[in-house]
This record gives sequence, structure tokens and C-alpha cells, in this order.
Amino acid sequence: MNFKDNLPIYIQIMNYIKKEMVIRKIKEGDKLPSVRELSTTLTVNPNTIQRAYTELEREGLVFTQRGMGTFATEDIEKIESLKKDMAKSLVDNFLIDMQSLNFSKEEIKKLIDL
Amino acid sequence: MEDIIKIKGITKTYRNKRALDSLSLNIKKGGVIGILGPNGSGKTTLIKILTGLLRPNKGEVLIDGKTPGTYTKSIVSYLPDRNFLYEWMNIEDAIGFFKDFYEDFDEDKAINLLEFMGLNKGMKIKELSKGMHEKLNLSLVLSRNAKVYILDEPIAGVDPVARDQILDAIVKNYNEESTMIITTHLVRDMENLFDDVAFLRGGTIELIGNAETLREEKGMQIDDLYKEIFG
Repeated sequence: MNFKDNLPIYIQIMNYIKKEMVIRKIKEGDKLPSVRELSTTLTVNPNTIQRAYTELEREGLVFTQRGMGTFATEDIEKIESLKKDMAKSLVDNFLIDMQSLNFSKEEIKKLIDL
Repeated sequence: MEDIIKIKGITKTYRNKRALDSLSLNIKKGGVIGILGPNGSGKTTLIKILTGLLRPNKGEVLIDGKTPGTYTKSIVSYLPDRNFLYEWMNIEDAIGFFKDFYEDFDEDKAINLLEFMGLNKGMKIKELSKGMHEKLNLSLVLSRNAKVYILDEPIAGVDPVARDQILDAIVKNYNEESTMIITTHLVRDMENLFDDVAFLRGGTIELIGNAETLREEKGMQIDDLYKEIFG
């Protein structure tokens, strides 16, 4: 994993885990690597990993079981809506880029249908 | 969180050159702080004062409530930016040397770390490459159960493989109870290890903050911020 965006590292880690959940590499109820494991794998400060997990938990995408670890949500609807949100933000960014090139909505639609 | 290190207005002058200029800095207990700055910014002078090798002309330093001296040396584990072992030693001798010197030295931890680094006890100090030296020195320094670890340029001049092993060893040995102070100008390689960063320029702190907060506020990685400040 390369941290290149101009985003805080914990957000990049959150996005990475979200993507893994959406493409079902991490399935519902799966155990996530421990903070320490992920910290070593990514060579990132454990506090940063902990913060990513805490935020994911706040968003309801993971849950913690005391002494057992952190698990992906079992709520499939949540993951479906996450998938839609991620798609929407990709489309939004695409539209902004296209509009900055002076493409109209009609022209964009035509290009996509090609 | 309480401050393990309190530095109040220290100034250090060599002949007519001012290396530190009324620098103040508090470092909280637990976590990793990166001291960032180009050569000549005062990093090594600051480290030498913290480790009791130099005294400031003005100002005060308290480590765990004490000025640098015998007590602070017993709780600070220091990785200098140059080799500190005798040439005639082999790695086993170096382990014995640390065991004799430091009560908090954990021999089992050292053996595990050396194995992780791919070093064995029979190797002679004078035959080690630069990367191997750095890996050995770091293994010994991290094997003390210290309250404070001070690592001065731990990855300067080592090859990429050794660098990754060193970074891994640092992350693996992170614990909430102790404080790590790391100086570097290789910000890109090390920035993900830091809780906090302090930018040092002209012997004083130019900017200090939580690394993630700075990324959020400035919209850039610490490496880019470093280039903006010093570029």
C-alpha cells in the first residue's frame, strides 16, 4: 500500500479497508488484522491504525469484541450502501473533471455509451 | 498525558556559531516524535544535550523530572549517528558489553532482534557493512527496556533492504509506555512512524504538531510540508 494522496494516513487506511469490504475480499463478519499486525505490515504507527479502526467503528462498518479483536460488519445492506457511496464519489469526481474540460452532460453521456 | 521531557529556552553556542537558539519543546510520555530538519539545523546538538553529552549555555532540560546525568542515562536508550562499538568485538561481545553496562538490557530481546535482522553472534564488528552496523546498533539500543529511546538518523546511508528491516524493527518495538525520539531528514521513508513531528530550523522549532492533524490542515504529506518549509 502506497500512501500518496494528500489525505491523512488513517483516512487512506480506512479507504483501503472499505474497498476490501466492497469487493468482498473482507467478507461480513471476517476478523480484521490486529492493530499490531497491520501496523507491522504497513510500517505505520499503531496509533494511526487504531484511529482508522475507531473511525470505521463509528461509521458502523466494523465492530470490536473485547479481547477478540475487530470484525467487519455483518450488515450486508451497509456494505451495499457503502459500495453505492464509493461509486457516487467516483462519478462525481469524473463529472467535475469532465466539466472542467467544458464537456456538456449530453457529450459526456455520448462518450460513456461508446 | 504528562510530559516526559521538558526543554525550556535552551541556547547552545559553539565559538561564534549559535547551534540552538532559545529552543523550547515538551515531549509527552508515550508515542513517537520525529525531529525533522536539514543538516546544520541543530538536531544533533539537541540530541547531545538530551543525552548529557553537551550542556546548554542557557535554559533547562528535564527528563523524567531530572537534568541530564546519571539517572537520565539509565532511562534513556540512545542510538548515536555513528558506530559506538569497539572494532575488535564480535556481536556476542557487543551483547555482553550492553549487558554489563545497562541493567535494563533484555538479552533475549536482543537475540530475537538480531535474528530478525539476519545477523549472527559470531560476526566481527570490523567486518560489518554500514547497513549491518546500523542494524546491530539499533537492535542493541531497542533491547533496553528504557523509558525514552533516542534514535539519531537511524536510516541514514543504509540500503533499501536494511532500511525496511530497521523501520519494521522500530514499529514492532513500539509500546505505549515508552517515548521514541527520532531525528531524520529522510522524511518520506519515516513519516508514517510518527505521532508528532517538530521541524527544526536555525536552532529553534519552526513548527510542531500531530502528524495526522498537519496532513489534514495542510492537505499534504509531511514530506511535502518539509520541502515547503526547507525548500
